[in-house]
Amino acid sequence: MARFPKPAEGSWTEHYPGLGTGPVSYADSFTPEFFELEREAIFRRTWLHVGRVEQLARAGSYFTKEIAVARTSVVVVRDTDGKVRAFHNICRHRGNKLVWTDFPQQETSGVSRQMVCKYHGWRYGLDGACTFVQQESEFFDIDRAEYGLVPVHCDIWAGFIFINLGRVPEQSLRESLGPMVTAIEDYPFERLTHRYGFRSSVAANWKLMVDGLQEQYHAPIVHRNQRPENFDAHAAGFEAPHYQIEGPHRMFNSPGIRPWELPDDQIKPSERLVRGGLFGPWDPPDFFADTQVAGMRPGGHERVGVALFEIWPNFGIQLWERGWYHTYQHWPTSHDSHIFEWNMYFAPPRHASDLIAQEMTAVSLKEFALQDDSLIETIQLTLGSGGLTEFPLGDQEVLCRHLHKTADEWITEFKNRA
Amino acid sequence: MTKLPDQFSDLEPFAATWCLPTEPERWARRQESSIDEMRQLYEAVFSRYEAILAYVDRFPLDDMPEEARNLIHLTTSFVMVSFPVEVWNGPRIPDTGHATLERAISPAV
Ligand code: FES
Ligand SMILES: [Fe+2]
Repeated sequence: MARFPKPAEGSWTEHYPGLGTGPVSYADSFTPEFFELEREAIFRRTWLHVGRVEQLARAGSYFTKEIAVARTSVVVVRDTDGKVRAFHNICRHRGNKLVWTDFPQQETSGVSRQMVCKYHGWRYGLDGACTFVQQESEFFDIDRAEYGLVPVHCDIWAGFIFINLGRVPEQSLRESLGPMVTAIEDYPFERLTHRYGFRSSVAANWKLMVDGLQEQYHAPIVHRNQRPENFDAHAAGFEAPHYQIEGPHRMFNSPGIRPWELPDDQIKPSERLVRGGLFGPWDPPDFFADTQVAGMRPGGHERVGVALFEIWPNFGIQLWERGWYHTYQHWPTSHDSHIFEWNMYFAPPRHASDLIAQEMTAVSLKEFALQDDSLIETIQLTLGSGGLTEFPLGDQEVLCRHLHKTADEWITEFKNRA
Repeated sequence: MTKLPDQFSDLEPFAATWCLPTEPERWARRQESSIDEMRQLYEAVFSRYEAILAYVDRFPLDDMPEEARNLIHLTTSFVMVSFPVEVWNGPRIPDTGHATLERAISPAV
């Protein structure tokens, strides 16, 4: 029996008629040709999240971001006026990668007053201006003003730094996020600064991993052992109280188990002990106690505890009702591999018990994530044979249907333009 | 030389192995430990958890004496072995092949 009402059309899928209800092709997830098209048609056109403002705490703070899918590296800096800027991470003299440490393929971060090329020593200010040319008199009428770093479009929403590699972005960042996403900007992101970061190299197409996060139909099966035997809330399967799609973005709410309300025999004993676990630290930060962010529950269900917003193309923000959140990010490296970044953000702990509850949360989520990773790699293994390309998707997989349709539309539209 | 405060001498036998400051170290130790070793740590820390919190919560997090910090590290190892002991009955998560997830960023403790 349905625990949550479905839209008047009878299903979430039919509520969005463009999605259709037939089998869905996954040819977009194992063919090198499709991946080659995604580079230009998707990743060089969209706003891409690259980090949080807290990573750039003061003037001169910088970090680099390797964006293999766009074959580029970007350096993001806070200049002396406090403005966050992004540049192609390439020296104007002869193309050396400008900012890196020890391993040129790896990302780096730090604080610096200027950027100095490791090759012939050209220097650049935090605003990108070329400030010094080694043996300048050897050059032929060179005008340093013309040799500043090449800027990349950069904008900030709710403390999240985005870049856009397009020559001229087709939409502003805010326009591209749209009202469904910007409705969560009152969540106190700027106070949730205690960060735990995970990184993984996943042998699977990036969209398969997004699928694994945006459907929880798998959860009662894959993750069944993590709950004590008596915990049977999932026995009937998974149903989301609300799904919503807006443009290329999508979100869903989970019912939100509240472990602090469950009897002892339905909770892992260590979770009860430290008051934290898969559903986060049980005790919200003081400043969060009465926080209500309506955008987190666009379907109006009061009891939902979790909301995942999948922001096209490769960034997810998952909000929890007790004042913490995490983000997912997928950086494609080939048609069947990507780098997965997962950051959890909590309030700075008041004392050691908060810290331990956060640690229990981070540890518990890792147990689940490794199961998800492994299954997604397994899907890639079999998809790659090309033996089967179309699959039926249920109503709890409506967001997967939307993701693959969106990817397909963007590629088709791009091809038609060319 | 002992690592832990005097009143936690009962936990001292675990200190040399499990007072590990970072998640990658705790994860690696978990992988090479037997279920019995993890269960012993789990039961010992579980039974003293309230006393541990009462002790460490007296200090501000940014000014912890070494012994209190060690006690927190031991407790985070208890957190690390909780799934192996309560759920998996061993260090590994079943069916996870060679999937990995590296903790790249951790707040300092
Ligand atoms: S390549 Fe950078 S100074 Fe020559
Ligand atoms: Fe999962």
